[in-house]
Amino acid sequence: MAETLIFYVLSAVAILASVLVIGQRNPMYSVLMLVLSFAAVAGLFIQLDAPFLAVALMIVYAGAIMVLFLFVVMLLNAATEDHASWDQTHPLRHPAVTRFGTVFALLLVLELAYALLRGNDLNQPVGSQATPQVVGSVRELGRVLFTDYVFAFEATSLLILVAMVGAVTMARREGEQR
Amino acid sequence: MIPLGHYLIVSAILFALGTAGVFLRRNLITILLSIEIMLNAVNLTFVAFGRFAGSVDGQIITFFVITVAAAEAAVGLALIIALFRHRESLNPDTFTNLKW
Repeated sequence: MAETLIFYVLSAVAILASVLVIGQRNPMYSVLMLVLSFAAVAGLFIQLDAPFLAVALMIVYAGAIMVLFLFVVMLLNAATEDHASWDQTHPLRHPAVTRFGTVFALLLVLELAYALLRGNDLNQPVGSQATPQVVGSVRELGRVLFTDYVFAFEATSLLILVAMVGAVTMARREGEQR
Repeated sequence: MIPLGHYLIVSAILFALGTAGVFLRRNLITILLSIEIMLNAVNLTFVAFGRFAGSVDGQIITFFVITVAAAEAAVGLALIIALFRHRESLNPDTFTNLKW
């Protein structure tokens, strides 16, 4: 019973925090609300017997990436959304086209709801299928990661190298080119 | 025990919120944050299905998604800084030209 209660509280916190992320005008509060949303999802990960991922999510996402976001928000010092005059005559600015995006978002929601209503196994409880000793152990996670998925793991290192070089190249001032 | 469908519904709501954020907001930083919400919703789906199937594969995919999100955030924020230097604005509508 307590498990169900915790699930609903964490889900409500995650959804409310996400609503506040896109409802804020100040990006600083948006970033802080996103940290709260990540914390709630990390709690859901613990309930799903994934404690390692919950800790990784908190350290990497909430700890590192969100601090990077906060750093950029403070660096740019553009506190609120500016109402810069946009080109009203641009063809993509036509009201019908603007509505088009909203219609696509609503279609996505309807499609997801339809898929969720038509699924078969959805009422089966999560966690009764396998012993948590298999799913929740960091040892098993590491073994599979470094045997079956070792190529993807090594490719990830290349991805991070490219991202690092790209970030340094793009954020450099133009006057500093040799 | 919580049914699998409940996790999927929470994930779908989070993903729809992220999509709405991308469409509705006029701030590059908030748009990037909305993309992070969407990635996190997909993470929740992967972990829930992985737990449902009784294997660690879902957790490993989530591990890679977190790594890719870190790289994406670094490159995206560098792009935002470079764009802000040119136009002094974070409104995506001001960046309609490829060359200036």
